[in-house]
Amino acid sequence: MLFEVDRLTFRYEGNTALNDLSLSIPEASRVALLGANGSGKSTLLRVLDGLHFGATGGARFRGEDLSEEHFADDQWAFAFRRQVGLVFQNPDAQLFNPTVFDEVAFSPLQMRWSKADIKERVMETLDWLQIGHLKDRPPQRLSGGEKKRVALASVLVLDPAVLLLDEPTAGLDPRSQSQLIDLLVEWGGGPKSVIIATHDLDDLTDIADRCYVLDAGRLAAEGSPDDILADRELLQRTNLVHAHRHRHSSGEIHSHPHRHSEPRP
Amino acid sequence: MTGHHHARGRRGFIEQTIDGLHSAMDRAMYADRSASGRGALQQLDPRVKVAGLAALILASAMAAKLWVIAAVLLAALVLAAISYLSIWMIATRVWFATLTFTAAFAVPALFLTPGTIVYTTPGLLWTITSQGLTTAGFLILRSETAATLALVLVFTTPWMHILKALRLFRVPVVFVVILGMTCRYILLLLENAHEMFESRKSRTVGPMTRGEQRRIAIASTGALLSRTFQLSGEVYLAMQSRGFRGEVYILDDFRMQTMDWAAAIGFASLTAALVWVGR
Repeated sequence: MLFEVDRLTFRYEGNTALNDLSLSIPEASRVALLGANGSGKSTLLRVLDGLHFGATGGARFRGEDLSEEHFADDQWAFAFRRQVGLVFQNPDAQLFNPTVFDEVAFSPLQMRWSKADIKERVMETLDWLQIGHLKDRPPQRLSGGEKKRVALASVLVLDPAVLLLDEPTAGLDPRSQSQLIDLLVEWGGGPKSVIIATHDLDDLTDIADRCYVLDAGRLAAEGSPDDILADRELLQRTNLVHAHRHRHSSGEIHSHPHRHSEPRP
Repeated sequence: MTGHHHARGRRGFIEQTIDGLHSAMDRAMYADRSASGRGALQQLDPRVKVAGLAALILASAMAAKLWVIAAVLLAALVLAAISYLSIWMIATRVWFATLTFTAAFAVPALFLTPGTIVYTTPGLLWTITSQGLTTAGFLILRSETAATLALVLVFTTPWMHILKALRLFRVPVVFVVILGMTCRYILLLLENAHEMFESRKSRTVGPMTRGEQRRIAIASTGALLSRTFQLSGEVYLAMQSRGFRGEVYILDDFRMQTMDWAAAIGFASLTAALVWVGR
């Protein structure tokens, strides 16, 4: 198994974000963590990235505990960081360097790569994400879509085996959303794993083979995207769809559970 | 009339705060654009600029002749001109402010320095001496020259390159990184504050008392502090996630080209000549 979460409970200042949660994610998976705001998706991603540790229960990566003791060991921590990358929801938290180039070079520098390797790898990554022309740009002069791409580049530069993404398309215009999804689809596949936290059901079938639905820090359901999308009662109960009023051409107004795109055939 | 005063009062607080934040962001953007321009100094290795302009400041500080300091100022203006910096911008951003600040020290020197009397003020009968004039002249000219050279450096070099060039003077890496991050997040804080006041402006109708203005200022400061605290926690997690283990590393990969060596020799020769003639 790539990740195993076993009866994990995590609290933020007394509020329970993850509540006795158990789930397993196999190798080479494309996973969507679904849930409304506050369901615990972001916290789970941080647990999987070894940034948060549960009050009770635990998480394992390829059979090894994601524990504070393990992360205290430099060699173990570097090996883990090399394999698992997390893209934060707020790119301003992730872009803390003065230029795009410095940002993408940050991780390789921490891994003590040679200067020549760093420069080559950074430029390769920027070119692949079509943002080579932004390399000297400071973060405050980037658009929302460009910031997301730079945040993605800053993680992909290490060519990790596992990519964790927290609401990667939030706040993007439709074109940037579609481009980002295309990039993720292109990057994933084969032995790579992609775990995306989202409450957006559009593009679900493109980005995931497996879905886990979280509700108030608990696992509410798991299944294929088609199974999950077909379960209207589940989607409504976990606030992933909402009742929406329509006016039909006849002038009649009524409401029923609704999301903003239909499952693809 | 009363309504007019109230309207001005409201503008005086929220709108002026917005204007202030806007102009601060504008200045930062201007410096950023100007530093990545196509002028002569913009093309040079930042280490040459930092060392060369610092050497010129030193030459003006050591000069015992007014005309030598004036020559350094002239050199600074020539450097500004060939780097496409506007002299008017330098005058408004540096000269007037520096003059106001330095005058607080220079004006008393005019009257207090003993020596040959050149002018007596009518009425008060205060005397200005020629030695007082020279002292004030040195003080003002040195300050203006140093401030102009510093501005030329800032407007022709990206902030991070200046910081990285400071490594030449053995400034610790952690200092360089913290200053770089400070600059990055001050600009984000400005943006957040700007958005917050714009949103407040859109919801403010009618006159506002001084008490209300104070409450808004305090509430905004609190909200910004809370956001900053939350963001700093996230930034730390993002750094950890990407391999940060408490030690910082930077890529300061400057490479000297022929033009950089020529400029370094030029700065060194000019400084040596100015120090020699200014003795």
